[in-house]
Amino acid sequence: MRPFLYSRATSLEQAMSEAAQSHAAIMAGGTTLVDLMRGDLTGAEHVIDIGHLPGLAKVELDGPVLRFGALARMADVAELPFLKQNYPALVESLQLAASQQIRNAATLGGNLLQRTRCVYFRDGVSDCNKRVPGSGCTALDGEDREMALFGASDRCVATYPGDWGTALAAFDTSIEISSAAGTKTVKFADFHVAYGDDPARESILQPGEIVTAILVQATPAGRHSTYVKVRDRQSYAYAVTSAAVALELDGDRVTAARVSLGGVASKPWRAPAAEAALVGQVLNQAVALEAGRAAFADAKALRHNGFKIDLGARTVARAAMVAKGKH
Amino acid sequence: MTSITLTVNGEPITATIPPRLHLADFLRDHLGLTGTHLGCEHGVCGACTVRLDGAIVRGCLVLAVQADCCTVETIEGLSDSGEVADLQHAFAARNALQCGYCTPGMVMTAQDFLLHAPADASRAAIREHLSGNYCRCTGYEAIVDAVETTLNARRTS
Ligand SMILES: Cc1cc2nc3c(=O)[nH]c(=O)nc-3n(C[C@H](O)[C@H](O)[C@H](O)COP(=O)(O)OP(=O)(O)OC[C@H]3O[C@@H](n4cnc5c(N)ncnc54)[C@H](O)[C@@H]3O)c2cc1C
Ligand code: FES
Ligand code: FES
Repeated sequence: MRPFLYSRATSLEQAMSEAAQSHAAIMAGGTTLVDLMRGDLTGAEHVIDIGHLPGLAKVELDGPVLRFGALARMADVAELPFLKQNYPALVESLQLAASQQIRNAATLGGNLLQRTRCVYFRDGVSDCNKRVPGSGCTALDGEDREMALFGASDRCVATYPGDWGTALAAFDTSIEISSAAGTKTVKFADFHVAYGDDPARESILQPGEIVTAILVQATPAGRHSTYVKVRDRQSYAYAVTSAAVALELDGDRVTAARVSLGGVASKPWRAPAAEAALVGQVLNQAVALEAGRAAFADAKALRHNGFKIDLGARTVARAAMVAKGKH
Repeated sequence: MTSITLTVNGEPITATIPPRLHLADFLRDHLGLTGTHLGCEHGVCGACTVRLDGAIVRGCLVLAVQADCCTVETIEGLSDSGEVADLQHAFAARNALQCGYCTPGMVMTAQDFLLHAPADASRAAIREHLSGNYCRCTGYEAIVDAVETTLNARRTS
């Protein structure tokens, strides 16, 4: 690893001003950043460790809003009884991610901002528009089984890997961002940048901006929610396909639905067509599969990832039926 | 260089180190605690598992400077204190190791499971908790057996 300057932030103000300088990188748990720096993938010369800042790890119900401090640890949040009961999709997305050692160190804010696992980005040598803008995308005629069906372009076809972000897309979520200029909130849908649009950027975050909280609008749909993750092995792997579904029900009839997809898109991906296919229907297996198919109607397959269209549709269908069965 | 003060296996330690040194290298190269192994150095294999402030983490994904003011426990600490003596016996009795490379990390993670698991925890729960630790030679059957044996023995003792 290249040498770098390290400072441990003792206040948010200090962290924001240091992070505004060039070649600075924020570190929360470090489970993504340390690995990227070892691969010389960040250009960071100054690491600002915010991991010990006080007050940013709380999870609380603030009126109609669930407020998750950006430094809350994945493992801790996955154990919160209130959340398990009322928002199973959020808890499951954390439980099914990574391993205990990683969840103990990793934060919710860092999880959102983890970078793609695309091998051509991570190997540090292949042509990659994300790493070296303009150099090309090796995945276009390389191994593309892991690559995206949505939000890709001929410049980048990588997938966004996070589970927590995918689950958040099934709720009315915003991100609280703090900088020297003050605090603002942005809609979650506007927070990540589709890799296909601009491979070099992954979020709208600017130097000096720090994610301080994740805000989820409280909803009765939380109770009828789930996160289903399909992996190449039963545990400890990124999603091949995943889906979060949150429902409001009147008996067996769906009155409101949110559906999001993971493992198949270049950012946390909401599927409005699947939502429309569910609302107003008496939910059964056939309706659920119909909704799954609707979610993938616009999918653009590459050479080796077309199987995810059917698998993904079935993942959505399973999630819809599981969500219905929760109470 | 940065100066850090931390507690390792109950002993206070002060050291001056480069920020890029990760915790596993610090433990191995600076303190001679070579029970913490390094396999992949990408956070994948679990050979580097140590406790940081009571919670298991990847020693290869934590910088030593991040552990400033913290408490670290390694396999040497758990072994010397006798905390995992029964688990170690169960591993040996069930031949749950061959080359032994993964074993320190496996024991750290298994002990973490045993401390937090309900007494009626299933075999599936053991497998899930150990899934972040790779073993490339023994196979997991014997390892899960050893953890299950220890779980049952601790429950009845
Ligand atoms: C082997 C392995 C398996 C994994 N499997 C999964 C999986 O199955 N599912 C999954 O979802 N994830 C998985 N992960 C990813 C893991 O969850 C992330 O590494 C972790 O959540 C990142 O959190 P962190 O706090 O460690 O972030 P850091 O490494 O500290 O930071 C990550 C990035 O976010 C930035 N950042 C962090 N916090 C903030 C903030 N508050 N404001 C602004 N910028 C910030 C950093 O600058 C950095 O660029 C896996 C990781 C590994 C190593
Ligand atoms: S060496 Fe740390 S996880 Fe493999
Ligand atoms: S005993 Fe050899 S890797 Fe597990």
